[in-house]
Amino acid sequence: MRSTSLRRPKAAIGMAAIALVGLSACGGSSSDDDADGGSAGGGDAIDCSVYEEFGDLDGKKVTIYTSIITPEDTPHIESYKPFEDCTGVEVTYEGSKEFEAQLQVRVKGGNAPDLAIIPQPGLLQTLVETGKVKEAPAQTAANVDKFFGEDWKAYGTVDGKFYAAPLGANVKSFVWYSPSMFEEKGYEVPQTWSEMMDLSKKIAEDTKGEEGVKPWCAGIASGDATGWPATDWMEDIILRTAGPDVYDQWVNHEIPFNDPQVVEALGEMGKILKDPAMVNGGLGDVRTIATTEFQAGGLPILDGMCYMHRQASFYAANWVEAGAEVGEDADVWAFYLPALEAEGDKPVLGGGEFIAAFDDRPEVQAFQTYLSSDVWANEKAKNTEGGWVSANTGLDVANLKSPLDKLAAETLQDEKAVFRFDGSDQMPGAVGSGTFWKEMTNWIATDKDDKAVLDAIEKSWPASSK
Amino acid sequence: MSTVEKLGLMLVALGIFAVVFVGILVIAARFSGRVGERIQAGSFVLPAVLFIMVGLIYPALLTIRDSFVEDGSGGYGLQNYVDIFTQSAYLTVLKNTALWVILVPVLATAIGLVYAIVVDRSPWEKAAKALVFLPMAISMVGASIIWKFVYEYKPSFRPQIGVLNALLNAVGIEPRQFLLDIPMNTFFLIIVMVWIQAGFAMTILSAAIKAIPDDIVEASQLDGVNPMQRFRFITLPAIRPAVVVVLTTIGIGTLKVFDIVRTMTGGQFETSIVANEFYSAYFSQNRPGLASALAVILFVLVVPIVTYNVIQMRKDA
Repeated sequence: MRSTSLRRPKAAIGMAAIALVGLSACGGSSSDDDADGGSAGGGDAIDCSVYEEFGDLDGKKVTIYTSIITPEDTPHIESYKPFEDCTGVEVTYEGSKEFEAQLQVRVKGGNAPDLAIIPQPGLLQTLVETGKVKEAPAQTAANVDKFFGEDWKAYGTVDGKFYAAPLGANVKSFVWYSPSMFEEKGYEVPQTWSEMMDLSKKIAEDTKGEEGVKPWCAGIASGDATGWPATDWMEDIILRTAGPDVYDQWVNHEIPFNDPQVVEALGEMGKILKDPAMVNGGLGDVRTIATTEFQAGGLPILDGMCYMHRQASFYAANWVEAGAEVGEDADVWAFYLPALEAEGDKPVLGGGEFIAAFDDRPEVQAFQTYLSSDVWANEKAKNTEGGWVSANTGLDVANLKSPLDKLAAETLQDEKAVFRFDGSDQMPGAVGSGTFWKEMTNWIATDKDDKAVLDAIEKSWPASSK
Repeated sequence: MSTVEKLGLMLVALGIFAVVFVGILVIAARFSGRVGERIQAGSFVLPAVLFIMVGLIYPALLTIRDSFVEDGSGGYGLQNYVDIFTQSAYLTVLKNTALWVILVPVLATAIGLVYAIVVDRSPWEKAAKALVFLPMAISMVGASIIWKFVYEYKPSFRPQIGVLNALLNAVGIEPRQFLLDIPMNTFFLIIVMVWIQAGFAMTILSAAIKAIPDDIVEASQLDGVNPMQRFRFITLPAIRPAVVVVLTTIGIGTLKVFDIVRTMTGGQFETSIVANEFYSAYFSQNRPGLASALAVILFVLVVPIVTYNVIQMRKDA
């Protein structure tokens, strides 16, 4: 992790210069500010007057704890720079792979960070129950009201109190494919669910002679979180076959987990993921889905061993890692996982992160406010090579560098889009990161029956939660 | 708190500790006679007892209390235990734990014992022992990663990178998914633990075998016993205490095993065991009550082994 302490002297000089020129000048575009290191992050200088009301923050420190680790952390650290230069606050960034478990250990042990980037509303709720999370300041709430939809604000709200502003977002309803392979075989990007199923069958027919080549490839292994990609699949399908309203009821347990409509969705999913003719291209039989790391699940596309891979926008990073170029005419590209009908609402499944505070010192609140602003979202976009979007409506799509991020942002902002947040992230931990993951893994690994899988999850739903 | 402040605080704490300790000694030294000796002994034991109370007994009592807390509602009841002993997923966990606790100590001890006898007094004894002992030096996670590669699966039309499947493929057998095939996958995980522990068993047992007096062995040879009889009537009785120690030590270690399952399968595919399930329940699923109940069960399972160990050690002493 990079150290931020080296920046202090520079920031102090910048601060002194700003103080001399007068704070109002900070918002201007005078070249002197830039020369003084006011915005080495590559962006324009920001309006510092917003943070004046938090008092003199020079020399104060804020710690932030997150699961976002290298290489994705660099654009984050860079995007904090305008704020640091502007206020003199020093932000210490700490990322950990063990974030989810370790954050709870730290909070319960009285060693909480000032801020934490929380990727699951369910986890936020758990943390709020400990009584250690501070309510978001009014300025942050105002920003969220201005730049985010009501649904996004609701994910950061527990029992009517607003705690956590949304930060980043991702779109899960994508199917990755190779444009050149599609063109070679004359396949068209499907516009409806049934077109996609027909295409799958056609590919299965066409590739019968080639050993190991299948229409789809998938991998759901992810350490102790094994199974989550399968829950995303299922949520995407329920959104389509049963609709967003039923989806909400299902997530909130207003209908049982094994409701007939859910059984139907799982059956639809089985037509792809449990059919030996459909999966698992380049990786082996159906059961290999359970042991293939999710990062490797889509890579057979590059070898021409499989044609389609359903995975979120952030999978772009894995393509880059594997040496493939992402773009409409490049090695790999993604299409929207089709709805049942081409016209009409487009259900979009997605996820995101939220920023929760464990302290309410003025500098922490000022930083929270900065992170919820359009200024930060654009600054982050300019610093990120690819794999990041935000639901912040103040985000200028033109600032996003990667074509896929643009596609994801456009999908989020599409008028027909009906956005729903990842369901397993909202369910109680016993289900959302417990039996749902496990049973979906069993469904594939041990060919467990659809109904038995859903019954087992329903049985594990904590009686105390609604 | 900065590092310097933390260090300062540590020094202050150590200073207080030293002052208290010297104080106890000075006060204890003022007493003499029979009663005085008791007071002195007591004052030496007291700090240790206090630390055990604070660091071990109190948390243990808290855990037992928490195991009756029903997650979510916060009320007290037996629901956690009912869940563990009725839901099929947890019954599998208990069954797997039983398999581990029975198989690992027995196999590791048996292999270690046979190996110790076979290499005893052979010309390459040292090198052969070092080879078997080496896995002990590798962390459990490291060993698990090594074995994960050994079991690695690739379809037959791809190059094999797992040793076992490469061998199978070479003789024309379809590659197998060792970590996925229930119930054999649990045994493939158990092999890893046996691989690690056999060296430990071998070392202790070898030392015990070497401690058997030569004149007894010679006397038996003069009486004309064959090697099997010598093992049965001389070696085994002589090293019995060592075998008990090895069995129980490995048994306790096995109950706590967590790294292997976590690293290799994450407890998926019906391979989970109590320690792994405890961690998942507490940290991933946020069910502290259930996790505490699992910890209590683990504790209850260890008690008989420890008790047996203590009784045996008393007998031998």
